[in-house]
Amino acid sequence: MTLDLALNMIYVVSAGLFIYGLKLLGSPATARRGNAISAVAMLIAIIVALLDQSVVDYRWIIGGVIIGTIIGGLAARLIAMTSMPEMVALFNGSGGTASLLVGWAALSTHNDTFSVVTIFLSILIGGVTCSGSLIAYLKLSEKMSGKPIIFSGQRIVNSILVLAILVCGVMLTIDPSNLNYLYAVIALSVLFGVMAVIPIGGADMPVVISLLNSYSGLAACAAGFAVNNNILIVAGSLVGASGMILTNIMCKAMNRSLVNVLFSGFGAVSTETTKVEGEIKPISVEDAFYILEAATNVVIVPGYGMAVAQAQHAVKELQLLLEKNDAEVNYGIHPVAGRMPGHMNVLLAEADVPYDQLIEMEEINPRMDSVDVAIVIGANDVVNPAAREVESSPIYGMPVINVDQARTVFVLKRSMASGFAGIENPLFYKDNTRMLFGDAKESISGLVREFG
Amino acid sequence: MEIVYLTFILMLAIFLGFELINKVPATLHTPLMSGANAISGITVVGAIASAGSGSGDAANILGAIAVALATINVVGGYWVTDRMLAMFKKKGS
Repeated sequence: MTLDLALNMIYVVSAGLFIYGLKLLGSPATARRGNAISAVAMLIAIIVALLDQSVVDYRWIIGGVIIGTIIGGLAARLIAMTSMPEMVALFNGSGGTASLLVGWAALSTHNDTFSVVTIFLSILIGGVTCSGSLIAYLKLSEKMSGKPIIFSGQRIVNSILVLAILVCGVMLTIDPSNLNYLYAVIALSVLFGVMAVIPIGGADMPVVISLLNSYSGLAACAAGFAVNNNILIVAGSLVGASGMILTNIMCKAMNRSLVNVLFSGFGAVSTETTKVEGEIKPISVEDAFYILEAATNVVIVPGYGMAVAQAQHAVKELQLLLEKNDAEVNYGIHPVAGRMPGHMNVLLAEADVPYDQLIEMEEINPRMDSVDVAIVIGANDVVNPAAREVESSPIYGMPVINVDQARTVFVLKRSMASGFAGIENPLFYKDNTRMLFGDAKESISGLVREFG
Repeated sequence: MEIVYLTFILMLAIFLGFELINKVPATLHTPLMSGANAISGITVVGAIASAGSGSGDAANILGAIAVALATINVVGGYWVTDRMLAMFKKKGS
């Protein structure tokens, strides 16, 4: 009893450290320390769990920890920064699956109604996180098309699925010894995760990743209720809440409700074609250089295309040359640029761009008229003026970076194919826009050579 | 009473989570997400109890798999977050 009490008190310490660590994660100067403190909190929680009297056999635990450490460690060390979104998706998935299994295993020892309900929840949320993350991973790594998969009757199928999950859940609660209901809940939850993510397009992935992140926390939280463990509840709900906030920020940045992101594929709305006036004006690297050489204020707006072309280091080189040429260089970062929240910031940090040069959308927009050249690298929807001007556009009302208000805009683009969401972009036809076609990294390196 | 007490903790933790994360600058969204993701690996604590029961039954094996998966989440999550945060630099430093 005294040992039990002592161990639970240490859990309180661990919870406090988790909270303090998360708080420090809120500022760039202290974030690294915050992450380390949170890791210490995790270590303490794990040690306490190992000391528990119910743990008598360490062989399985050691085996699991060794396997997990090797896989997780290798993944974390070897992954390229450009592949971070799919990595986070996979980590999410493994956490969710673990919670599912914890719930499943708990069923053999806990079968009062309250426990079974929470076990059901941990299996449901864990299962959705597991398969949903896997689909998100496949879409992000382009092993599967990023286009929304939509078929007629999809909502009906999904509604039936939800109903079936609930029915099986109720039956499981009534008769926890009948494992068929358990297996049905597991299978249906996993299926539901797949169904929930396939209709969501690649450009909406920042929302999905943050939502799945939240789910993985909630799954741990439900598992905490199932096995009666406070630290799981506290840590799980902290993650759940933080994921919800990020999801909300991402939705706001796209001017869409969460329901809209989850249930209506972007592609479905964009079939109508809006006629755009004007013509495309291509520019050569050489001419682009002459304009840049005369510029004193340059803003670079990166998008997913920069990640695909791995152009961040070349961009940094160009930035240094421009600065040597006495130009002020800033980066305009849209909250949903890329495939996960803050994706661009990580890539530019990798290329040694100081974070105080990365300016958020609300701050950069008022300064846009004094900008000589705005360079758009592989971004499309987040700089689309149709969001302000064309009421019939599917992205009308979405806050965008107003690059068209700069004196000159360079758009670096592979070809004239429309962006991920398939929406026409009037920016390309504006008088002050020049298109620099080709691979983003090649084009930037070309500019760098001109300077040299 | 146990249920009420656990729900109390849940409610307070959720509010705390909202308060903590609300002010995080956009620059840190990715590390925040992967750091939070590592925390969700806390489910390893629940898994350890089943994996260490010594019963040798199905629950025991499920627990062991859960330990492995949650450890991937914990080790990978913290490590990759640290790798990212090490790259964030202020101008001139």
